Amino acid sequence: MKATGNIAVSRTSVAWVRIAFVLVVLVVWETVARSGILTHDIVPSLTKIGAALWRLLASGDFWFNLGVTASEIAIAMVIGGVWGLATGLLLGANRFLSRAFEALLLYLGPTPKIIFFPVLIMWFGVGAGSKIAMGVVSCFFPVAIATAAGMRGIDSVLIRVGRSFRATTWQMITRIYLPAMRRPVINGIRLGLGVALIGTLLAETKLSNRGLGYLVIQAYSLFDMPRMYAILLVLFVVAIAANTLIVRHAGNEHGTR
Amino acid sequence: MRTRRLADSRWLAALFGAGCVVLAIIVVEILVRTAVINPYIVPPPSDILRAIPRIIAEENVLHRFSQTAQEMLWAAVLLALVGIPLGVLLYGSRLLRRAFESWVGAFAAAPVVLAYPLFLVTFGRSATTIVAIGFAAGLAPVILTTLDGLVGTRRVLLDVGTSFRLSSRDKFFKILLPSALPSVFVGMRLGLIFAMINIVGVEFLINFGGLGQLINELAERYDLPGTYAAITFVVLASVLFFDVTARIERRMRPAR
Repeated sequence: MKATGNIAVSRTSVAWVRIAFVLVVLVVWETVARSGILTHDIVPSLTKIGAALWRLLASGDFWFNLGVTASEIAIAMVIGGVWGLATGLLLGANRFLSRAFEALLLYLGPTPKIIFFPVLIMWFGVGAGSKIAMGVVSCFFPVAIATAAGMRGIDSVLIRVGRSFRATTWQMITRIYLPAMRRPVINGIRLGLGVALIGTLLAETKLSNRGLGYLVIQAYSLFDMPRMYAILLVLFVVAIAANTLIVRHAGNEHGTR
Repeated sequence: MRTRRLADSRWLAALFGAGCVVLAIIVVEILVRTAVINPYIVPPPSDILRAIPRIIAEENVLHRFSQTAQEMLWAAVLLALVGIPLGVLLYGSRLLRRAFESWVGAFAAAPVVLAYPLFLVTFGRSATTIVAIGFAAGLAPVILTTLDGLVGTRRVLLDVGTSFRLSSRDKFFKILLPSALPSVFVGMRLGLIFAMINIVGVEFLINFGGLGQLINELAERYDLPGTYAAITFVVLASVLFFDVTARIERRMRPAR
């Protein structure tokens, strides 16, 4: 009974600390905005940002551009995800190939992908193709690396059971490998989605006439700071929500200790 | 048995991998020279190779490299000065840890680099903008791994400290910090990798600074071999950075 009470008090304290933190941030922000310490344009008042957010969500323009970016990322995830999954399965299943090529993946994986954008523009044009390619290049590496590592981590008993039942290669992949690697693969897809989102949106800020990245850079060009804050707020919420959803689905949420 | 031994041979596999890369380069060279691949889109690899010494000499690559390295150094200093103490703070207060650990994790998933126009407005088109974005991108992993390292300190070590009646300060500097150091280094390495990716990326996007700007300038001049050579140079520099930091990390591991 006492323990339950302690947990309840602790949860309430946590909630209060969070509320207090958010309130302090908002009050400091508004004070800075009204005091003129920084230019009003850099730190606009919360009411201006709120109004900009409302206008943004009410405009058809925003939803159209959100659709453009979402479809680019979705196509990139399908192409890059399938390519990464196939590469990961191949490297995970064959030790020789893994030793031959996995170091390349591990080293190229964390390089800044946006530097390939000028080349991708030449290959795929200035339209959606180069943004999709940017997303593909970004998400391929985490998916491939996580899949290869996940496949090597499969319990050998499961593989022996599959072989003793004389499962075909396709049956081994669909009935043994993929279900056993669910968690690392989903984790790879989560990381892949994060970097594909960044890659696609950064490419849109560099050279595009549609998409959310274009809206951000348009707001910057017009010096419409409340609108820029509103777009960034929406983007951050969408990215964090997508990440949390995938983490929950994988069942490996980073819990509090 | 013999086939199995061949498959297990690390050097043979590495040789095969390197051979495939060389073969792919030769195939591309032939396809470009025979115009199967458009030479106005992909220059012959031999031209790219020849362009490397040219861009090193004419484009002042070493100076640009040092500019990027300096930005990374500043980001690293900020990450150590802010990220590690924040990790310690979260470790010290169970309430703060429960309130903010998941928020820091969520912040790690936020595409901070997209806010670069905001940083541009605040700090101008300068190295400060680039360092600030690198710092913001690398902060979350440093905080989380510092916290992980401190939480992972063996209970028995802390009990020994208590039995020797060590003060909280002594317990922190003589037990907690040395025990968490390998994790702190892992976090710093991760943070620096994120910082480097974002620093080079923003240099490219805002056309300012070191290596990222070089790629942008060469692409805008339509210097194809130069652009590809600069990209190769940046990739090699990144690989060198990962390799060196990974080796340092491996050397630190037995200290645990």
